[in-house]
Amino acid sequence: MTALLETQKLTKYFGETHAVDKVDFFVGQGEVLSLIGSNGAGKTSLVNLISGLFPADSGKIFLRGVDVTHQTVQARIKAGIARSFQIVNLFDELTVLDNVALSIFSREGKTKKLFSLADHQGGVWQEAHDILRQFGLETKAQSLAGGISQGERKLLDVAVAYALKPQLLFLDEPTSGVSTREKAPIMDVITSIVRTHGITAVVIEHDMDIIFRYSDRIVVMHQGVVLASGTPEEIRNDERVKDAVFGPAHA
Amino acid sequence: MTEIALAHPGVRSPLRTAVWAVPIAVLLVVVPWLLDSYRTIQLEYGLIFGIAGIGFNLLLGYTGLLSFGHAAYFGVGAYSVAFMVKYLHVSSMELFLLGSIVGTLIVTAVFGYVCVRYTRIFFSILALSLSQVLWSLAFKFFWVTGGTDGLRVPTPKLLGMAAGENEDKTYFLSHGYYYYVLAVFVICVAVMWLIVHSPFAKALQAIRDNETRARFVGLRIRSYRFVAFLVSGVFTGIAGALWVPLNGLVTPDAMVWTFSGEIVFMTVLGGFRNFTGPIVGAVVYNFLKDYAVGFTVYWQTFMGVILVVLVMVLPTGIVGSAKLLWGTARRRLAR
Repeated sequence: MTALLETQKLTKYFGETHAVDKVDFFVGQGEVLSLIGSNGAGKTSLVNLISGLFPADSGKIFLRGVDVTHQTVQARIKAGIARSFQIVNLFDELTVLDNVALSIFSREGKTKKLFSLADHQGGVWQEAHDILRQFGLETKAQSLAGGISQGERKLLDVAVAYALKPQLLFLDEPTSGVSTREKAPIMDVITSIVRTHGITAVVIEHDMDIIFRYSDRIVVMHQGVVLASGTPEEIRNDERVKDAVFGPAHA
Repeated sequence: MTEIALAHPGVRSPLRTAVWAVPIAVLLVVVPWLLDSYRTIQLEYGLIFGIAGIGFNLLLGYTGLLSFGHAAYFGVGAYSVAFMVKYLHVSSMELFLLGSIVGTLIVTAVFGYVCVRYTRIFFSILALSLSQVLWSLAFKFFWVTGGTDGLRVPTPKLLGMAAGENEDKTYFLSHGYYYYVLAVFVICVAVMWLIVHSPFAKALQAIRDNETRARFVGLRIRSYRFVAFLVSGVFTGIAGALWVPLNGLVTPDAMVWTFSGEIVFMTVLGGFRNFTGPIVGAVVYNFLKDYAVGFTVYWQTFMGVILVVLVMVLPTGIVGSAKLLWGTARRRLAR
């Protein structure tokens, strides 16, 4: 499998805590990879380092073989990395449509234009409507993002990232905070879109049913290091993972 | 394209805008013939502060940055004019405007570079502190600025034409200069309207709502804030340049922090979550202050009480509240 993203000895310490400790991580082109581990294992920290939210203390990040370790968030987005957030991050006082349109405006460099009317950018609005349709949010287009349900907010969070046309999409707990009944439909929509468009996705998730159902490969983190990596079946049968992540009761 | 444009909530029909904009424009044109000179000049002050208000509101309402230092840019605009008169013997109003734009651009670029690194209270206090530095320079460097005596600015030439020799100054200010101010006001409003309906303003609103997310859709936060700061400062500087011939004199009072507070007051009074709020607020504030000063020596207390009542009863300002009432009335009529 061709590597889309690779990290080499990526490290981040917060004081005495080794959040990410010399992690070698690999994401293959086109796969849906799940990142699992107990709370504090370093999953979100790893995504934060790769997406550029925090600088790494040491180590390297390569995207298609190009070193992006010291690039800005904006440069990484241009290179093809986008992300959603564990706690939904939206523009609550803008409409659902505006949230998605803003990503498109930004992607096309149109947000730098002071003297052109946003409303006259027909292509942008058309694309924003299309994306909302794909995510099943078309009927909410004119609602304020702060006024829609948690499940819809989760989808919109992903739609905003997807509108950047990424090659690598990090989804940080895309179903957290929603009812069990809503989780599978949300994941169905997301995985259908990423697979249709050949987007590589890295999903952080705690719901093991979701993980095993939707992942091509699973990487397990524990105390800041990668504990195991493999297919869902391999991970299910890995004794170390059973002990460290699922606990003795599951072993 | 049309279909999508109509589907977007921000699209306004030009006809709908014309329904309220044309009568107001006509009214503004005939004001010098309807009101006495004193009231006309009061309105003129209101229009000038309206320009400062829409400039200020690009930062507060759209970018979420509350500046308590905008008097500095107003003062820079005014002092730029006074310096051009004193040192370059310029008398053209167009050159005054140009000079004030250049002057405020330089000052806001320096101040903005420092201020936009911070948000919330840190931004507000930094903007306030820097404006006070400028005020103290104007106050202490009296051999340059005239100190508390200020610098006088005579009647300027408008479009190359001087006021008539026998023309009364009050008549000039309430007629010829009124129309000049009105024309600049219309241009400024049109330019700002274009800016706040641009993709750039969408980016500002996004930064205001959620800075982290804005970064992760690819926006360079500081750059956008810096440009907003520059535009905001320049509009306020233009207001200062228009104000000084009307006032006839510029003193350090034009830069003092309490005047920055007045700009905030005007904007909150009209409503900072809509485009026209700061304009309405500036005009109303100017007349209100005029009446309050004539009504009681405790006019500051009177204005303070109004501000408290305003924040408690009309948090969306005059225009915001009017829109709410209008919306409610329309819904009731539709039933």
